[in-house]
Amino acid sequence: MTEQTLTTLTWLIPAGPLLAFFLIVLFTNRSRTLSWVLAWAGVFMALVLAWTVAINTIATDVHHLEEHPTVVHDAIEWLPVGDYFEGTWVEIGIAVDPLTSIMLIMVTFTITMIFIYSVGYHNWGAPLGKILGVPNHLQEEPLLSRFFAFMSLFAGGMLLLVIAGDLLLLFIGWEIMGFCSYSLIGFWYARDYHLKPDDIPHIPPRKAGIKAFLTTRIADVVMLLGIVFFYSVFGTLNFADALSAESLAHAAMTVGAVALGVMSLLLFAGTVGKSAQWPLHVWLPDAMEGPTPVSAVIHAAAMVSAGVYLIIRIFPLIAVGMGPQGSPMVGVIIAGIGAFTALMAATIAVAQNDVKGVLAYSTISQLGFMVAAIGTGAYVAAAFHLITHGFFKALLFLASGSVIHGMEHGAHEVHDHHTDPQDMRFMGGLRKKMPATFWTFLIGGLALSGFPFITAGFWSKDEIFADAWHQWSREGDILALTVFVMLAVAAFLTAFYTMRQISLTFLGKPRSPLAEHAHESNGFMTIPLVLLSVFAIAVGWSGIPETFPILGPLVNNNFFHHFAGSTIYETLFELSELNLVDSAIITLPFDVAPLGTSLLVALGGLFIGWWIYGRKPLKEGQIDPLVRPLGPLYTFLNNKWYWDELYQFLFIRPTVYLSERVVYEIIDKGIIDGTLHLIGRSVYRLGYYVKRFEERVISGGVDWLKDQFLAIAKEFRYLQTGRVQEYALISTLIATALIAVILLINYGWLARLF
Amino acid sequence: MIPLSWYLLVAAALFCIGLYGVFARRNAVAILMAIELMLNAVNINLVAFWRYVTPEESTGMAWAVFVLTVAAAEAAVGLALVISVYRNRDSVVADDLDLMKN
Repeated sequence: MTEQTLTTLTWLIPAGPLLAFFLIVLFTNRSRTLSWVLAWAGVFMALVLAWTVAINTIATDVHHLEEHPTVVHDAIEWLPVGDYFEGTWVEIGIAVDPLTSIMLIMVTFTITMIFIYSVGYHNWGAPLGKILGVPNHLQEEPLLSRFFAFMSLFAGGMLLLVIAGDLLLLFIGWEIMGFCSYSLIGFWYARDYHLKPDDIPHIPPRKAGIKAFLTTRIADVVMLLGIVFFYSVFGTLNFADALSAESLAHAAMTVGAVALGVMSLLLFAGTVGKSAQWPLHVWLPDAMEGPTPVSAVIHAAAMVSAGVYLIIRIFPLIAVGMGPQGSPMVGVIIAGIGAFTALMAATIAVAQNDVKGVLAYSTISQLGFMVAAIGTGAYVAAAFHLITHGFFKALLFLASGSVIHGMEHGAHEVHDHHTDPQDMRFMGGLRKKMPATFWTFLIGGLALSGFPFITAGFWSKDEIFADAWHQWSREGDILALTVFVMLAVAAFLTAFYTMRQISLTFLGKPRSPLAEHAHESNGFMTIPLVLLSVFAIAVGWSGIPETFPILGPLVNNNFFHHFAGSTIYETLFELSELNLVDSAIITLPFDVAPLGTSLLVALGGLFIGWWIYGRKPLKEGQIDPLVRPLGPLYTFLNNKWYWDELYQFLFIRPTVYLSERVVYEIIDKGIIDGTLHLIGRSVYRLGYYVKRFEERVISGGVDWLKDQFLAIAKEFRYLQTGRVQEYALISTLIATALIAVILLINYGWLARLF
Repeated sequence: MIPLSWYLLVAAALFCIGLYGVFARRNAVAILMAIELMLNAVNINLVAFWRYVTPEESTGMAWAVFVLTVAAAEAAVGLALVISVYRNRDSVVADDLDLMKN
C-alpha cells in the first residue's frame, strides 16, 4: 500500500462513527432499527480501516520502525497564528506509529463488540418501553437512537484521539469524549433513587453525569495550561517534531529539564482526571449509573485509556523531566499517585456489593498500575497493560451487564421491583443459569487477577513488576521498590476481590428469587463476550518476555515489547547518550523475584478469595464474612474511604456556602440588586417629572396653538363664498391695483406724490 | 392710414366687454364666450403692434396664431367641463356651483 493510500485510510478511521452520529441525529432518529444499523456500519468501517492501517504497521520490519517509527503522518493548516502573512499556522494532523497501531486494534475491536452487545442489552425487538429516561426492563429502549448517536460520537472522538499526531487534535477528541461521557452517563436522566437511611449513598444518573463532567473539567483546565506551555516551548504541538531527541535536548538547554518536568506534570493532570486517578477518581464509580455498555466503553475501551495513552504518548517528555537533569519529584508524583490509587481503589473494591461497583474500583486500580509504571519509566509495560486491560475489562463489564440483565429478567418474572438487581448479595448460583456469561466472566476475572501463564493480565502485570524490580535491584531506586510493594499488595487484593465477585455472583445457591429466575442473555450479548474472551487470553501471548524460560522463545520472542518499544526506541537512545534520560529501552533479564511475587499474589489472592467465599458459599441473608473480622475498617472501605464525604465537606459545602451566603445574599441581592433598584427608582422619579413637563408644556402648548388657529380659521371661512365669479373679480381688482402700483413706481409718480 | 391707437382702443373695448361678460354673466357657456372675447382682444393688440412696430418680423402674427390655438383647446376643455357639470347638477349657472362655499 502506498503511503498516500494509508494516509487517506487513516484520516477516514474516525469518519465512519462521526458520520453515523450525524446521520442518526439528523435523519434516522425516528427509526431505532435503522439507527443501530447505521452505528454498526460506522464502527465496522472504522474497524476495517483501523486494522488495515495497524496491520500494515505491524508488517513493517521492527528495525526499520525503530529508526522511522511514524509510518503515516499528515497535517492540515488549521489556525493562523501571529502574523497571517508570515504563514504561521497551528496544524492539526494525524500520525500512525506502533503505539497508535496497537491502540487502534484494541479500541476499534472492543468498541465494535460493545456496539453489537448494546443492541441486545437494550432489548431490541422486544415490545417498546413506554417511559423515557429510565431503564425499561425487558422492553426495548425508547431512546435507542439517541444512545447509538452518542455512542458513535464517542467512538469517533476516541478514534480522533488515537490517530492524533498532535496535542490539539488529541485534545479535540478528548473533549468530545468528555461531553459524550456526560450525556451517556446521564442517559437515564429521569431515574431517581429513594434511599433508605442505612444505604450507602449513591447519586442518580443525571447528577453522576454532571459530576463526571465537572471533575474531569478541573483536570482539563490544568492540562490546557500544559498544552499552552508545550506550544510556547516547542513552537509546535506535533508529537513527532516536539518530542524528538533533538527538540527535547534543545528545550532542555533553553528552559531546563525541570521545566519540562513541570510541563509533563501539567499534562499529567489531564490523565489524573480522565483516567480517574486519586484525587480526581471520584467521578468514575458514580459513572456506573450509565447503561452497562456505556460503562464498558468509558471504563475499558475508550475514555480512561485516553488518559494513560496521553502520558504514554508524551513519555519522552516525562522521561527527560524525571531524568538525570530533571527533578526526581516528577517520577515520585506520577508513580506515587499511580501506586496509591492502585492500592486504595483495590481496598475499596474488596468491600463493594454492587457488581459494577467492584469493576469500577478495579478499573481505577488497574489504571493506577499503568500510571505507576509510567512513573517508574516502564513505557512498554504501561502500554501493554493498557491494551490487555482494555480487552479484559470490556469483557468484564459486558459480562456484568449480562448478569444484571439476567437478574432483571428474574425480577420481572417474580414481580419484585425493590431488590437491587446489581447487588451481589442477592445473586449466587448464576453459574448454572447463565453458563456463557459465567465462563466469559471467569476468563475476564482470571485475566484481571493475573492468573499465571494463560491470561493476558498475568503477562502485562508481570512486566510492570519486572520493570519496577529491575529499577530497584539495578539502580537502588527506593521509589521503584515502594511502587513494587504497593502494586504487589494491590495485585493481591485484585485477585482476592475478583474471586470474591465470581463466588458471590456465580457460585453456591441463589440468594434471592431474582437469581432463581435469572436466565442467559440473548446472542447479541453473548457472542461479543465470547469474542472478547479470546482476546483477553491471547493478547497476553504477544508480550511474553524472550528471557522467560521455555515459553518466551517458544511463542514469539516478545513481539509486543519490540513493537511498542520501537515507537520511542531511537529517541530514548539518543537522549540517554545526551545524559537526559536514565536508560534506553532494554530487554530485561529474567528474574525470579518479580515472577515469584506475581505468581504469589495472583494465586494467593485467588485462593484466599476462594477459601472465604467460594468454599462455603453464602446463604441467603448471611452477612459478608469480612464484616466481622474487619469491623470499622469494612465500613470505611464500604463507604469508599469517605472521599465523597470529604470532598463534600472540603469543597462543595464551602462553595455552596460561599455562593448562597456571600455571593447571593451580599453581592447579588445587596450590591448588584441594590444598585439596580436605586437606578430604577431614580429613573422612575425622573420619568414622573418628564411626564409632567410633557403634559403641561409640550402637550398644553400644542393644544393652545391649535385652538388659536381654529379660532382664526373660523373667522376666515366666510371669505370662501364659493362663487367663482367673485373670486375672479377680486383677483382682477387686486391684479389691477398691483399693476397700477408698479406703473406708478415705474414712472416715478409715487415719488412725486410725497 | 388708421393710427395704431384706434386698433388699441377697439381691443381695449373688446377686452372690457369680455371682462364684463366674465364677471356678470350667470351662464357658464356665456362666461366661456366672454373669455374668448378677451383672448381675441389680445390678438388684435398683437397683430396691430406687429404691423405698426416691427412689420419686418413675423413674431406678432405667430403669437396670434398660438393664442388662437390655445383658445380653441381651452374652449374644448371648458365646454367639456360645462357638459360634465350639467350632467351632474342639471345646471350651468355659475352661482349654483358653490360646493366650495365656506
